[in-house]
Amino acid sequence: MNENITPNVPPGTTASHGGLHTGHDGNGHGHDDHHHKQSFVSKYIFSMDHKTIAKQFLITGIIWAIVGGLFSVLFRLQLAYPDETFPILETFFGRWAKGGQIQPEFYYALITMHGTVLVFFVLTGGLSGTFANLLIPLQVGARDMASPFMNMLSYWFFFLASVVMFSSLFVQTGPASGGWTSYPPLSALQGAAEGSKIGMDLWIVSMALFVVSSLLGGLNYIATILNMRTKGMSMTRMPLTMWAILFTAILGVLSFPVLLSGFILLLFDRNLGTSFYLSDIVLNGQILPNEGGSAILYQHLFWFLGHPEVYIIILPAMGLVSEVMSVNARKPIFGYMAMVGSLLAITILAFLVWAHHMFVSGLNPFLGSVFVLLTLLIAIPSAIKVFNWITTLWRGNIRFTPGMMFSIGFVSMFISGGLTGIWLGNSTLDIHLHDTYFVVAHFHIVMGVSAFFGMFAGVYHWFPKMFGRYLNNTLAYIHFWVTLVGAYLIFWPMHYQGLAGVPRRYVDFRLWSSFNHFTDLNKMITVVSIIVFAVQLMFVFNFFYSIFKGRKVRSTNPWGSNTLEWTTPINPGHGNWPGEIPEVHRWAYDYGKDGRDHIMQTEPLNPNETKH
Amino acid sequence: MSTTWIVIALILGFVIVFQIAKASEYVSILKGEEKTRKENNRINAFLLLAFLIAGLFGVWYCNYRLAGKILGEAASNHGERIDNMLYITLAITGIVFVLTQIGLFWFSFKYQEKEGQKPLYYPHNNKLELIWTVIPAITLTVLVGYGLYYWFQITGEAPKDSMVVEVTGKQFNWEYRYPGKDGMFGKRYYKEVNEAASNPLGQLWDDPANHDDIYTTGEMHIVVGKPVKLIIGAKDVIHDVGLAHFRMKMDAVPGIPTTMWFTPKFTTRQMRDKYGPDFNYEISCDQMCGKGHFSMRGTIVVETQAEYNAWLATKQPQYLAAKGNAPAGADTTGLKPVTPASATDTTRPVAVLTTTN
Repeated sequence: MNENITPNVPPGTTASHGGLHTGHDGNGHGHDDHHHKQSFVSKYIFSMDHKTIAKQFLITGIIWAIVGGLFSVLFRLQLAYPDETFPILETFFGRWAKGGQIQPEFYYALITMHGTVLVFFVLTGGLSGTFANLLIPLQVGARDMASPFMNMLSYWFFFLASVVMFSSLFVQTGPASGGWTSYPPLSALQGAAEGSKIGMDLWIVSMALFVVSSLLGGLNYIATILNMRTKGMSMTRMPLTMWAILFTAILGVLSFPVLLSGFILLLFDRNLGTSFYLSDIVLNGQILPNEGGSAILYQHLFWFLGHPEVYIIILPAMGLVSEVMSVNARKPIFGYMAMVGSLLAITILAFLVWAHHMFVSGLNPFLGSVFVLLTLLIAIPSAIKVFNWITTLWRGNIRFTPGMMFSIGFVSMFISGGLTGIWLGNSTLDIHLHDTYFVVAHFHIVMGVSAFFGMFAGVYHWFPKMFGRYLNNTLAYIHFWVTLVGAYLIFWPMHYQGLAGVPRRYVDFRLWSSFNHFTDLNKMITVVSIIVFAVQLMFVFNFFYSIFKGRKVRSTNPWGSNTLEWTTPINPGHGNWPGEIPEVHRWAYDYGKDGRDHIMQTEPLNPNETKH
Repeated sequence: MSTTWIVIALILGFVIVFQIAKASEYVSILKGEEKTRKENNRINAFLLLAFLIAGLFGVWYCNYRLAGKILGEAASNHGERIDNMLYITLAITGIVFVLTQIGLFWFSFKYQEKEGQKPLYYPHNNKLELIWTVIPAITLTVLVGYGLYYWFQITGEAPKDSMVVEVTGKQFNWEYRYPGKDGMFGKRYYKEVNEAASNPLGQLWDDPANHDDIYTTGEMHIVVGKPVKLIIGAKDVIHDVGLAHFRMKMDAVPGIPTTMWFTPKFTTRQMRDKYGPDFNYEISCDQMCGKGHFSMRGTIVVETQAEYNAWLATKQPQYLAAKGNAPAGADTTGLKPVTPASATDTTRPVAVLTTTN
């Protein structure tokens, strides 16, 4: 039934696609979603509309971000005020904060959950899940995903993973506490830590569910982008968001299964007496029978996803920023093909650098040297992207919408954090800097804060498309400035702590004559992080308030954008376009061409224009 | 109580900010949304420029405040190489950092929306893109070249005349073994570990090389100016021997021995003269190992050969302790749980972990 409007959809996908929403007559005459009533459940809960699923991912991500952020505030309290007591903590957390002080087991549970939640549930599920779902059909010109049902399952597996992870916070022995990387034997031996008991099993189960969600989503994203582009939407006419999401999905589909295999072996070692990761262990005087396993094997399996994972986080942010930046500079993105090429280069290299996390694990130094070379190669496509963003701003006519502010902030953060990657990717420097605060500073800036900035840019820019209303601008600017300044105040000085060799994952430095001289700095960082956290809560408030009470959007194309999502009605129904899906005649970046402010992708070329 | 007040203050502050934000939205509608938007644009453009200047000043100020707090001079030969690499990398990335940040914020400010300003349609320029592909590539080649040159020096074979110390990590402390007069470590097998029988490392007593090996814990002694090779292992989970002053680090992995070597340049006493009487070379565990991770502290005493010899002379080989204690100790003390299998197992183990020099 859809052949006549999406001619490039192969028959295989059409069947599943067309069968799902009977409301579309597909011939473009007066399609109207309102004439068949959807129940509350099918519209808002078990919805197969990609836009609703995107909102579900976003809101779940926001809830997790509050939880993960709150955890960081709690452990920062401990780092800044090791001598003081906070009775309120004991009220809430009982024996985990005995006497109002955060106990070591609690501290390690907090950092583990902070990392797991933010890396996977917020910056992977929340970021990719939201913008891949929202933007793919809207920007390539499709009625919905290739398989809306699988898409729905993707969210509900994510939800299930969330429930399991959340429930692990409440078990008697506490959640997993071996760090977000969960290296065995610490994570494999029940007796090695409180968090290695049932909390660890729940962690693995939750992560396995998360991988399932991520694969269901990823396959759908790839299938939709490759097969369901509207007429005229050649690959090189797609906005960069689509390229970024395509590469992200490919990375995820190829690397998440390896992580899952690593987790399954870990589950076996924990519960079935196998020795994949275990050998020669005497735990608390008890001699274990396991011999012949390799603890390092897990690290290879983990980082084979773990490293691509950081690109799974940052690529969508890069895509969002490229799009938002071009729209608001009123200029085409500079070097479109170079941007696509560098995304591709990053995607390929992402698979070839994992062992740079293991330079000091006893890895063969020759192997290490290969990984140094491959790792530093990533700096080249990253540098190209930065220079191209800066050139996009050059001689533009820039509108500082909140989305644009966060895009500029993203580039600044990406430069700062990316450059320290050149330090850490160099094995010689990594010997000294490995597992110190330098690493904490590096990855928080380059993938934590940067990815959040990309996500905020996306939320502020596409909020009108999601909810038909604007977010409050004043709160948005406060949000941006406090977050940008705060993020630098928090993470920049940590580089110095790292250069001093201060190890990460220490509850307390009072024992150490080499590391105990940063007390004032630790206090400053904690105070700033509380302020930044409070401002994020303000953003959350702005978000929910504006869904219902925000200023209404009155034009279908509020930012003067070229891409297809702005050709839909202000509140698009299921199926996105009431009539036919528009045909595309040009690339997404004709801003400022031939003296015109912008030319939509749907506008045919005039006879003397060259094709793109 | 104060927590409650802070929460109340935060909520109040938020309510005020929110009211202002809401009011400003109404004001903007009254004034004309386009006019307000342009005003906001100018303010934010100015703030971006201000942020650039304040930020660059902040980078300088942070360095001014904290540069003195990072560990002074590297205390090993490898540490010097690492510090050299660090300065080369700092110089290159520092220049790129300043230039790109200035470009980003300055262009943002300069090309803010203005009446009559036409943005340039400038989709690509192959020459420019080639330049900024090739220049980073050359720069990175330099960094990789230096890096690997140092890396192979640091991870290469230890000199023949190195002294050797074996380091074993366990939750949550460090154990050391010295090879004794014969310069050889005896064989170990983890199933022979028996604290009650004074055999914490699982040494095999029928290997004569074990009879003069010396076991200590807490403090490691090494000799200034003499290369030292550490053979590193762990009993339970992964640990990491972190030696910040020497700029060295290596994981301790159960079942897979690792090594590293370096030459200490200054004795502990020299360092105390320089950095105060509290100075200690500390061994930090740099790999998450459980609830006591943060307290897994060891120290290294760097001393002259004579001092080292004198210290070593006070130590008894562990063999003597084990032979003196084992039969009685095993019967009477039940302090450490020992699995029955290992306590009664008298047969020679099939697989033996050898850590001979």
